[in-house]
Amino acid sequence: MIGIGDQAPEFDLSDTDGEPQAFETPAVVIFTCNHCPYALAWHDRLMQVARDYKDVHFYAINPNDAARYPADSFEAMKERVRRDEGWPMPYMHDATQEVARAYGAKTTPDVFVLDSNEILRYRGAPDSDHRDPSQNAAWLREALDSMLAGEEIARPETDPVGCSVKWRH
Amino acid sequence: MTVELLWWDGCPSHPDALADLERILTEEGIEAHVQRIEIESDEQAREERFPGSPTIRIDGADILPPGDGEPYSLTCRVYRLRDGRISPTPDPEDVRDAVRRAA
Repeated sequence: MIGIGDQAPEFDLSDTDGEPQAFETPAVVIFTCNHCPYALAWHDRLMQVARDYKDVHFYAINPNDAARYPADSFEAMKERVRRDEGWPMPYMHDATQEVARAYGAKTTPDVFVLDSNEILRYRGAPDSDHRDPSQNAAWLREALDSMLAGEEIARPETDPVGCSVKWRH
Repeated sequence: MTVELLWWDGCPSHPDALADLERILTEEGIEAHVQRIEIESDEQAREERFPGSPTIRIDGADILPPGDGEPYSLTCRVYRLRDGRISPTPDPEDVRDAVRRAA
């Protein structure tokens, strides 16, 4: 588990096309999934952030135990990306849950912002209200804007809100 | 009227669902105690026919019955608000309609 100011763990996962994804920074690492209503409610906002910040690498990681939650299987992830006609970030299955454990992911979604030195600069929710699309992932955008401008992030940590990560038993 | 809120603590939506439900019952002038039932295992979820958290039942019937084949398990339910947005809780107006039907 990492905290603000810590070195973030690198990871080696493949996207829904089976293509290995290089770990590059600055980056936003989003733990998310298919079945959680919170992840679904914030999904479009997070996709738009990825489209808007083209100099930042975005990674979506599904950490859930697919045996207990078939909606989060790799096949279901592939189908979702196909149905959406692609995502602006790779969607990767953390089948061993090692990445989620290394980051200390608690919920879906749970958002981590890493600077170009792989240091964790923001962690938490995309914004203050999953019900309000006009929030537009404001907390994440504020963190990115400050980080990219070389400024201190005013709100480096917020409570992640969503469904608990479904750990394997 | 028997009103039940079935919930699982892996999903943080039940306080919002309970608040909506109690507010609507008050607004509709219905004195009903909301029985809160915590679901703690997949086995219990199957026994209770629990499709996810939160689930609201009035007189034993789910106010928004899940589709056929929906598994019973410890999960968060996905609801659709009337404007089409996805939500962890039912649209309050759907709750109100269910309360009125049962009253």
